[in-house]
Amino acid sequence: MTVMTPGNDAVQEWTVEELRAKYGSGMEIASEENLLLSMGPQHPSTHGVLRLLVELEGETIVNAAPDIGFLHTGIEKNMESKTFTKALVMTDRMDYLSPMSNNLGYVLAVEKLLGVEATPRAQTIRVILTELARISSHLVWLGTHALDLAAMSVFLYCFREREYLLDVFEMVAGQRMMVSYFRPGGLWRDVPEEFEPAVRQFLDFFPAKIADYEALLKNNPIWLQRTKDVGVVSAEDAISLGMTGASLRGSGVDWDIRKATPYCGYENYDFDVPLRTEGDVYARYRCRMEEFHQSLRIIEQALDKLPGGPVNIDDRKIVPPPRSELGRSMEAVIHHFKLWTEGFNAPEGYVYQAIESPRGEFACYLRGDGGPKPARVHFRTPSYVNLASIVPLSQGSFVADLVAVIGSVDIVLGEIDR
Amino acid sequence: MNAFHDLTLDKVRATFPDAIADVVDFRGERTVIIETDSLIPVITLLRDDAELRYNFLEDIVADDYYEAFPRFAVNYHLYSLDNKVRIRVRVLVDDPDEGPQSLHPMWKIASWLELEVWDLMGIRFQNHPGLRRLFLPEDWQGHPLRKDYPLGYEEVQFSFNYEEIDARKPYAQD
Repeated sequence: MTVMTPGNDAVQEWTVEELRAKYGSGMEIASEENLLLSMGPQHPSTHGVLRLLVELEGETIVNAAPDIGFLHTGIEKNMESKTFTKALVMTDRMDYLSPMSNNLGYVLAVEKLLGVEATPRAQTIRVILTELARISSHLVWLGTHALDLAAMSVFLYCFREREYLLDVFEMVAGQRMMVSYFRPGGLWRDVPEEFEPAVRQFLDFFPAKIADYEALLKNNPIWLQRTKDVGVVSAEDAISLGMTGASLRGSGVDWDIRKATPYCGYENYDFDVPLRTEGDVYARYRCRMEEFHQSLRIIEQALDKLPGGPVNIDDRKIVPPPRSELGRSMEAVIHHFKLWTEGFNAPEGYVYQAIESPRGEFACYLRGDGGPKPARVHFRTPSYVNLASIVPLSQGSFVADLVAVIGSVDIVLGEIDR
Repeated sequence: MNAFHDLTLDKVRATFPDAIADVVDFRGERTVIIETDSLIPVITLLRDDAELRYNFLEDIVADDYYEAFPRFAVNYHLYSLDNKVRIRVRVLVDDPDEGPQSLHPMWKIASWLELEVWDLMGIRFQNHPGLRRLFLPEDWQGHPLRKDYPLGYEEVQFSFNYEEIDARKPYAQD
């Protein structure tokens, strides 16, 4: 058994027993004659630092074993040593392409544990920003997916539009990517005045941009050849593999958490869930492209009915007082001090809050033990679960199709390794 | 608590009268704590019953109640795509080396989710096709998400206590 490492001409000899010990039964080696190819962790189309050990028979993939953990930073463990509010910043760093969605999943779990609900204005702003995050995340997905399949110009256009969205995030949160904008009980602060015109301007020019991307790819014969009937998964298998998000909907399973178990008032918006039945790479691509339009619809409705009022709940035991009060109220100073040193206590109990992130079901399991720090935080991240589906989806196809499959299930390694 | 949760509980009670150890309702979520031996039959019932159809395994989460007994809890979050209802099935584990049965014959994803639980919490699932280190290196000692596993930090060596701290560092001893 030989293992080829890219960038290194030395071919390493392995025994099947050594590989079994290393990869467990995830790596069933079919034949001693086959070639093992180590793909990654620096391979550009693995979208981060994913290593795949691929067993090839000629050019056909017999088996693959994902080797992950290169970005493992112990986020779940670290959060146990921080207060509920301070632990929030770590959620940004998991799915670094849509930090707003991670913030939302965690913050909703904290609010559920505390038994509070954000104000209508905060909820609407959360919807607008998570939908913008969905668009910006899908832009990176589309750009890199097309880049993997050798359509370079799409990537440049996508990143141009994403830059506009990052400027919007910077406008509201002061940070382009690591926003930490949603806080337990509301938001960090209200959005500035320029926010609404900026988003309206985006709503005006973005549909034409989507049409541009579609013109480049939708009926492009090379794109169709690379994506049609590649990485096909049936609805039954997709459910058994735990796939969520557009990857599941591309196989015809109608499950969008925003519709099924709405949060943040998603039941009040009128939008469709794009569905395809083919279950191939092209179907997943179509679903995500349609989601651009649906997100725009949601944002437009949210902006139209953006209610006034406070963005934080009126509970000083959870949300720190505004800066203006600190100069004249002793009580505000005490609350401020207590909240930033000790934090708020959450009741004993455990909750599970799921949201629809750009990649699928992002969920947070949170246990409080009566103290100011989470006793256990666990994230069910869509990338981690969807990653497992890469192996059955790519079996039997050519090694070149593996990059199409990886791109189509849309993984972010920061979220996988946590 | 909605009526569907009650229906679920009734069905499990009717088929396996001794399986349910406890039922916890918190913030609109229902947790059914069941005996470890009856995990597979109860989950099979939840998945295959024509009315219940909890056919989606969302997540497996292990929790550590250090110093309590039994110490570990393993949560299975099941979701019914048809009825849009989620339920949490929980088993309590005293000895992490004798964990619950693996669910990999029922869902393909189960072995992958159990791998994470094994790596970070160290619960050995019975009949798992191959437990191995996933996030951590193969030679890693311990399971970091356990409560008795220290968060870990490097002691800062100053000129006055350099030798003292150096002697305590792991590399200094070999």
